[in-house]
Amino acid sequence: MARNGGSRQPDRAAVRLRGVAKRFGAVLANDDVDLDIGQGSVHGIIGENGAGKSTLASIIYGLYTPDGGTVEIDGKAAALRSPADAIALGVGMVHQHFMLVPTFTVLENIMLGMEGGFLLGQGEAGIRARLESLSRQHGLEVDPDALVDDLPVGLRQRVEILKALFRGARILILDEPTGVLTPDETDRLFTILRGIRDAGGTVVLITHKLREVMAVCGTVSVMRHGRMVGRRETAETNTAELAELMVGRKVGQAARPSAGAVGTPVLRAAGLTWRSPGGALRLDEVDLELRAGEILAVAGVSGNGQSELLDLLSGLSGVQEGRIEFAGRRIDAAHPATPAEMRALGLAHVPEDRQRRGLVLPFEARENAVLGRPENAGPGPWTSGAAMLAHAEPLIARFDIRPPDPMLPAAGFSGGNQQKIVLAREFDSAPAVLLLGQPTRGVDIGTIETIHAQVMALKERGSAILLVSTELDEILALADRIMVMNGGRVAGTVPAEGATRRQLGLMMTGAAGEAGA
Amino acid sequence: MTGLPRWLDIGVLPLVNLALALLAAAVVVVLVGEDPLHVFAVLLQGAFAPGALGYTLYYATNFIFTGLAAALAFQARLFNIGAEGQAMLGGLGIAFVCLSFESVLPGPLVAVIAIAAAALFGAAWAVVPGWLQAYRGSHIVITTIMFNFLASGLMVWLLSGPIMRPGQGSPQTRLFGEGVWLPALHDLARGLGFEAARSPLNLSFLFALLACAAVWVLIWRTKFGYALRAIGHSEEAARYAGIPVRRAVVAAMALSGALAGCMALNEILGVQHKLVLNFSAGYGFTGIAVALMGRNHPLGILAASLLFGALFQGGAELNFEFETITHELALVIQGLVILFSGALAYMFTPWLARLLLSRSAARA
Repeated sequence: MARNGGSRQPDRAAVRLRGVAKRFGAVLANDDVDLDIGQGSVHGIIGENGAGKSTLASIIYGLYTPDGGTVEIDGKAAALRSPADAIALGVGMVHQHFMLVPTFTVLENIMLGMEGGFLLGQGEAGIRARLESLSRQHGLEVDPDALVDDLPVGLRQRVEILKALFRGARILILDEPTGVLTPDETDRLFTILRGIRDAGGTVVLITHKLREVMAVCGTVSVMRHGRMVGRRETAETNTAELAELMVGRKVGQAARPSAGAVGTPVLRAAGLTWRSPGGALRLDEVDLELRAGEILAVAGVSGNGQSELLDLLSGLSGVQEGRIEFAGRRIDAAHPATPAEMRALGLAHVPEDRQRRGLVLPFEARENAVLGRPENAGPGPWTSGAAMLAHAEPLIARFDIRPPDPMLPAAGFSGGNQQKIVLAREFDSAPAVLLLGQPTRGVDIGTIETIHAQVMALKERGSAILLVSTELDEILALADRIMVMNGGRVAGTVPAEGATRRQLGLMMTGAAGEAGA
Repeated sequence: MTGLPRWLDIGVLPLVNLALALLAAAVVVVLVGEDPLHVFAVLLQGAFAPGALGYTLYYATNFIFTGLAAALAFQARLFNIGAEGQAMLGGLGIAFVCLSFESVLPGPLVAVIAIAAAALFGAAWAVVPGWLQAYRGSHIVITTIMFNFLASGLMVWLLSGPIMRPGQGSPQTRLFGEGVWLPALHDLARGLGFEAARSPLNLSFLFALLACAAVWVLIWRTKFGYALRAIGHSEEAARYAGIPVRRAVVAAMALSGALAGCMALNEILGVQHKLVLNFSAGYGFTGIAVALMGRNHPLGILAASLLFGALFQGGAELNFEFETITHELALVIQGLVILFSGALAYMFTPWLARLLLSRSAARA
């Protein structure tokens, strides 16, 4: 990367922060943060969950007012009281969760808030013309009359970027923009970002994915526990050093496990087809087989049927077509099984959404440790605080849950420790089959190591594991076989040994259905 | 629910709300030209003087049952606005049993069956909205309100026709035989050898205390209670945990309705000894405020019920004592307490949190 922001001097700073501090209650989210982002650069801000990246971005975008310190935009002190102030100064933001009206067209979304008159027709023609020239200039082609609801996620993101550019953004902040994209869409996004940079714009990329920082950013700033702990030119650093800066200690690379002896099949699904209550086809003729002592990973961009598959296998949704065979039982539309029955058959389930599903947040850790396993809560119809305590304490010790307080409500634990409560509970039953949904989403790097080690240990003990993850790195690190889903169909199943990101990425987009084995 | 530490949520917040309600009431009293301190003194006197305490506890009994009914449903995040109608049906159950069986069965046995009938009828009236909510998605607030009207209409029809006392023009049944009456506590006390002032207070007060204990055990010491609380906090998590959410919702409403129906034990079996129109008199609705003020905890509900009982009894006393304070003004004072501790229960939460928590943070 010849042209990167690092070659420019900080006195040409698009954004300059000095001593910025922001406190939420007892938490110091940003602590004396200095930051210089050069004009015409792509600048990465990395850090673990809770390191304060999003808070910092929100300060630059005027969503939060800092408790201390100064913000300068384009060399001038800026008092940002709301996003409107930031937009006026040329700052735009693309949020992690898109802020679009799905029932509006692209054009209607873009003109939202700047309709330019009482009657919509007055402003529309002018906006349409400006939008088209902007699209062409940045390679952001998108049909202005398409309904946002009909667009794939990658295109929706383009609409968000166009919206920001349309409002005159010269400094564009993107918060975790690649979480929902395929590898291919990610590459195209990066091409667009480089184009914006080459046209003199400034891009701030907030992410936790080091690979992406190395691919597109010139300079990267690293945050840890609310503080700025390092600033590097990407040309002069590597992912290992950045990871160490993020975590504050050396991080081991997970060694790829050797494929062990493949056990007998324990769960089979055949012809699973499932429609949402609205009639949309979410799963289309899905077949799969889980074998003891094996990790089968489901790869795919989120929203391609993985969640529905987990719901069917766990008993949360009823089978409509097709069948599941598990522990000598046949589950189909005529013979449904409830989540409690599936558990009794030897299934454990780490749900994708731990905060809404996996935990009852106001419940104490010990109460959450028996969720779904009432037999651990006490004798007969009774619950006993002592029994729950006795059940929770060894789990807390084994998974190193911090703080080790069984009486603390789940809401009081960090994201990583909440996840450890769920994992500890589900792993404890030594399940025949474990459904593992997004086990490390929003979990810090240090904890990811622990979680991966526990998953491997469970596999060694002979559990069959179905891993659903949107992180290809995680899938490549853990899986024995990889099943790629696209549009509710199985695009292909390949051995993890020898699978490449590129091959998987093509299968995810449905571009290479024949690539499957 | 409020994000406050428990001691603030349960201990301080209700007291702050009560204090503000009394402050507002004091302003009203000043406006009509009386001395608020004197008025409150009379109110307390009227509620807790030896002869009056029985009346206060009698009112409190009604509030305990309807407050528990609201609180139990609320543990599963069900707003049971129908305690009023469920109480009416409870009374109807008692009337059916007493009018049908008192001539053929011994009195105490009829009373036992009547108690079961009160709970069953109340439960049945709540199960229908509960079932509609669980299996058909009809909102429980709407359906329970509608069921209050249905119950009211049913009572008017029955009490002005089929079960009306023969040869009379008032909407009530004939008097039940003395054998089925719940004994008054002053009679029981005399039986035990000490004297107590006459009051409507009867055995159902002890039933209400038992109900408090039972609800506490059910919610915090059984797997069913665990399931209800899980549903209340996160239905998604409850489903994930394999809790049969729909059945639990129906069961919660049944128990809630049974508690509301038991209010009729006090009014019908304990005091009136006949079914009269409108005996529920708004206790079902006030029960919601009682549950809110008591933070859905049986002990809190007991305390809030005593407060509301005292307001009802003491409020009536104001009538006699002051020329300027009419029955309606006593209602205004009760209304202010309901307003501040019910509808505005969480209004002061953010300020209270800032005031008290920043202090304690600074100390730490």
